[in-house]
Amino acid sequence: MSEKKRATPLLDELKKGPWPSFVREIEKSAETNAMARDTLGQVERSYEDKISHWKHGGLVGVMGYGGGIIGRYSDLPEEYPEVAAFHTYRVNQPSGWFYTSDILRTLCDIWERHGSGLTNMHGSTGDIIFLGSKTEELEPCFRDLTEHGFDLGGSGSDVRTPSACVGPARCEWACYDTLDACNDITHTYQDELHRPAFPYKFKFKFSGCPNDCVASIARSDMSVIGVWKDNIQIDQEKVREYAANGTDIEHEVCQMCPTQCMAWDGTKLTIDNANCVKCMHCINVMPKALRPGKERGATILIGAKAPIIGGALLATVFVPFLEMKPPYDDIKELAEAIWDFWGEYGKNRERVGEFIQRVGLGNFLEEIGLDPIPEMVAHPRTNPYIFFEDELEEEEDA
Amino acid sequence: MGQPTVDEVANAMFDLVKATHGKKNLKAMDLTKAMIEKFGADAVDKKLCKLAIRQLIDSGRCIYSYFGGSFITLPPENEGGG
Repeated sequence: MSEKKRATPLLDELKKGPWPSFVREIEKSAETNAMARDTLGQVERSYEDKISHWKHGGLVGVMGYGGGIIGRYSDLPEEYPEVAAFHTYRVNQPSGWFYTSDILRTLCDIWERHGSGLTNMHGSTGDIIFLGSKTEELEPCFRDLTEHGFDLGGSGSDVRTPSACVGPARCEWACYDTLDACNDITHTYQDELHRPAFPYKFKFKFSGCPNDCVASIARSDMSVIGVWKDNIQIDQEKVREYAANGTDIEHEVCQMCPTQCMAWDGTKLTIDNANCVKCMHCINVMPKALRPGKERGATILIGAKAPIIGGALLATVFVPFLEMKPPYDDIKELAEAIWDFWGEYGKNRERVGEFIQRVGLGNFLEEIGLDPIPEMVAHPRTNPYIFFEDELEEEEDA
Repeated sequence: MGQPTVDEVANAMFDLVKATHGKKNLKAMDLTKAMIEKFGADAVDKKLCKLAIRQLIDSGRCIYSYFGGSFITLPPENEGGG
């Protein structure tokens, strides 16, 4: 390790401007931490060479686990010896990312004892990310984490760390207890989370309402989005207050409704609830006047993914409405049926959504034992390519 | 053939991992399918194979690796046939 500070003109560019800078934060750590110092050197070198000098993957992990540690190495180990091995931990975050300041200090103390001290709170997976561990520190750090009640999250071809929005803890629109559902699923599937047995990753994400604050419809293989079955609750007096305070209800609410199911006559707002597609726009504009209905549960959608391999996919509705009560047996039964079929016939690195495209939605439903229904839509009012065989046969017979 | 024990399935899995080491990466499902073929679907199921893989990993005879997907392989000190 070089004790003196290297010049980092390219990284210095990233400190300009009023916003927070990861470079500035790493520099603070580099004053006392050699790994952080070599991180700056290697990243500057990567920018100079216009190629990443990090390699990832390999054989690292902790005993018994196949997920939670991502092996990372420098391809310039002689030049940057302190980051020759710079592995990443994914630590399972608490549901909804709630912490006490004490536990945050504890996490930071653990990480300063065992690694670079650099964290990413939180990674795109939702996990607490510890960046930069030497191989010999993996087990001691894991032991320290577990002694304080933390466990590793998922990585590789396993159930990834489930994540949830803050749900009923802070949001009045939560249609079910996202925190409890996420916690329950995480505990139920510890084996699937720590021991990769699938063709590729499988993500659960729990959103309390269709605003979908954890982007589950775009990012998760099993997306659980809170929804209501009955009518939107309206407080007409509050609607009139919004109008009196300058909200143009006709233009900002009614005309923005994707199904044009709302009408405003200047004194009363009416909603054709049968045509509401639960987009949340009207509720977001007038939160004091409109609320989700009282009959609440969740819609289960399957098959989304971000564009890592192949293109991005949005999820398709599999279960239009499910009451979300512990122990969430219906969700578990569905997930396990999917794993059974996809696990056996999925190709390496093939996500569930891509697998469904390959085998066909009709075949997929048949194999997991779910009957097709018209509400299984890719998005509102689109045909999901299901053939209703009984009806076709009846037509042929007629 | 009678129903094998978890240990017997784990041993058969280990032999397969060792035999294919350096030639083919095996996923958990590859081992499961191979065991069902070896012992028969009546004698071995996915649940038994899951237990056998767990035994294999927890004993340290095999580890997980990541090379664009998660595989089950020999630990570094066993490379070369240990």
